[in-house]
Amino acid sequence: MEALKARLGPEVLGLTVFLLAVMLVFSFLSDRFLTAANFGSVAVQLPELGILTLAMLLPILSGGLNLAIISTANISALTVAWVLQVNGGPEAGMGAFLLGAALALAVGGAAGFVMGAVTAISGAHPILVSLAMMIFLRGLGEYLTRGGDISGFPDFVAAIGHGSLLGIPAPLIVFLACVFVWQVLLGRTRLGFFTYMVGSNIEATRYSGVDTKRALMLIYTLSGVMCAIAGIVMMARFNSVRVGHGEAYLLITVLACFLGGVDPFGGFGRVASVLLALVILQILSSGLNLLGANQHLSTAVWGLFLIAVMVLRFGWRRWFERKRGKT
Amino acid sequence: MRRLINANATEFWLILVIFALGLFLSLTTEQFFTLVNFTDLLNTSAVNLIFAMGLVVVLIAGAIDISFAVAASVVQYVAALALMALGGGNWVLGFLIAGACGIALGAVNAALIHHFRIISIVVTIATFNVFFGLLMFFTRGVSIYNLPGWWSDRIILWEYETASGAWAEITLPVLVMVFAVIATWLLISHSSTGRQLYAYGDNPEAARRIGISPGAVQYIAFGWLGLMLGIAGLMQVNYAQEVVPNALFGRELDVLAAVVLGGARLGGGRGTVLGCVLGVLLIAITENGLNLLGVSPYAFKMVVGGIILAAITLSNLSLESLAGRRP
Repeated sequence: MEALKARLGPEVLGLTVFLLAVMLVFSFLSDRFLTAANFGSVAVQLPELGILTLAMLLPILSGGLNLAIISTANISALTVAWVLQVNGGPEAGMGAFLLGAALALAVGGAAGFVMGAVTAISGAHPILVSLAMMIFLRGLGEYLTRGGDISGFPDFVAAIGHGSLLGIPAPLIVFLACVFVWQVLLGRTRLGFFTYMVGSNIEATRYSGVDTKRALMLIYTLSGVMCAIAGIVMMARFNSVRVGHGEAYLLITVLACFLGGVDPFGGFGRVASVLLALVILQILSSGLNLLGANQHLSTAVWGLFLIAVMVLRFGWRRWFERKRGKT
Repeated sequence: MRRLINANATEFWLILVIFALGLFLSLTTEQFFTLVNFTDLLNTSAVNLIFAMGLVVVLIAGAIDISFAVAASVVQYVAALALMALGGGNWVLGFLIAGACGIALGAVNAALIHHFRIISIVVTIATFNVFFGLLMFFTRGVSIYNLPGWWSDRIILWEYETASGAWAEITLPVLVMVFAVIATWLLISHSSTGRQLYAYGDNPEAARRIGISPGAVQYIAFGWLGLMLGIAGLMQVNYAQEVVPNALFGRELDVLAAVVLGGARLGGGRGTVLGCVLGVLLIAITENGLNLLGVSPYAFKMVVGGIILAAITLSNLSLESLAGRRP
């Protein structure tokens, strides 16, 4: 039990309690809540936000932030769309899609690399660098598409977005694969260890002989690659590409990370608890949806929920300190 | 002279860049160096500058606010409804209601930050979602067009017919902006409260030990931003002549980019009114110049993003190398 807790992180227990509480409340309020259809819709909606949140998680753990995740995802999706269009639009083959996807990952990685390099070399704050990158990439996308939609993809693109394998929606499989990769990366590799160290104290890490500049570049490159995956999944889900798709997700991904107990200054946070936080957010939203609320109310409730959790964490800490003070 | 430049390096570079840009645009376009264009620049950047005056105070105090632009939308809507309920109202009532609403929303952020010890970025990302979600939920995204005449009519304070027959005009938002700039300058540079904000932003623990109240700092900084966002919201309605609930969505990051370009540091303790004004002006002049040069409007954001990215890289690099060369 203790070993499991150590591996998953200290937030998991509390978040599981929150998740169960939310589910209990909604199952009383709506008799359609505990149905396969409802959980099916959660499973379909989770991946988009989820993959983007993974892209946000790595920079936050390193003590930064990547505000360019949505625009990187959009630009990467545009790359795929462009390759498909050049190769015949609706008639394009699987090979063209794979080539486009590979190029998209490269574009996402390149965007991330530039951010990482500027952050590492100039020492500017990542919020600022990624903000500039966001404005630049969004502008580039608007310039290339003239603000319009790009659609007319081959049928198998929609199949990737809406198909399923063994009853599991395809985007969910992609998402779970990404979660696994991130879990391994952060828990088992040198780069993962460096990410936590850079987030805790970048100077101390540098003095310990770690090439922090290289680490930062890799962190943001990987974040960019993850954005590209999110871009491709979003493209397959909407069956179109438009600059600005998913822009409302930007701050939600930060919210999900904070809800998952990730330290805003970096250094601490686990993939498992962020995953739980994402599930809670989607369950909240689907439950409210069943009660007749729209996405905007869900957004407001997500914000309130984050505040409530932070206030409870504060109270919990206070109570703990007081108890320790007495003994 | 040299000491003056060293102490205000960012402002110095910005003036140099703005001067070079202005010279280039004056030589390449006919309209740039005209009175009409200058007054247009002032009219269009007035609202952003008022926002910037609020945000810089929060940044100086070591916090950040993401929620202020959507908070201004909330203020606009509440003010519009309240004024119509009061039978039309007038400017005095308008300023009172908008200012009070803005301060109240700022105080919500300050209260959560101070009393529950939640970090400002977490709080304001949560309140961003709460404000925007609730606003869109209650208004259903419906705009208000039938505003009282005093509010939506353009108020021209000064006009002048140039030789070419075009009118150069200064509108009310510019006057309000001037007052906001002067008031903020007095607050942060010429009052002991302002110096306390700098001290707290630079080193909270040291500031606390010399007797500066952390709570007061948060309430003053966020209260000031609240006042400014209320006034900016009021002026934006005067400029756009309508209340659209999502009109200011996304403005927060544009203003943040301009303010930080002007030398305010994320992390606190640094930032000046002059730097802010120059940062906002540089972005406004760039967009204005691209427009006059006949560049496609779709490319504006791309160029602006590129310039901010370059500015961040260069300013951090040059400062670092300057510091390195000093004996």
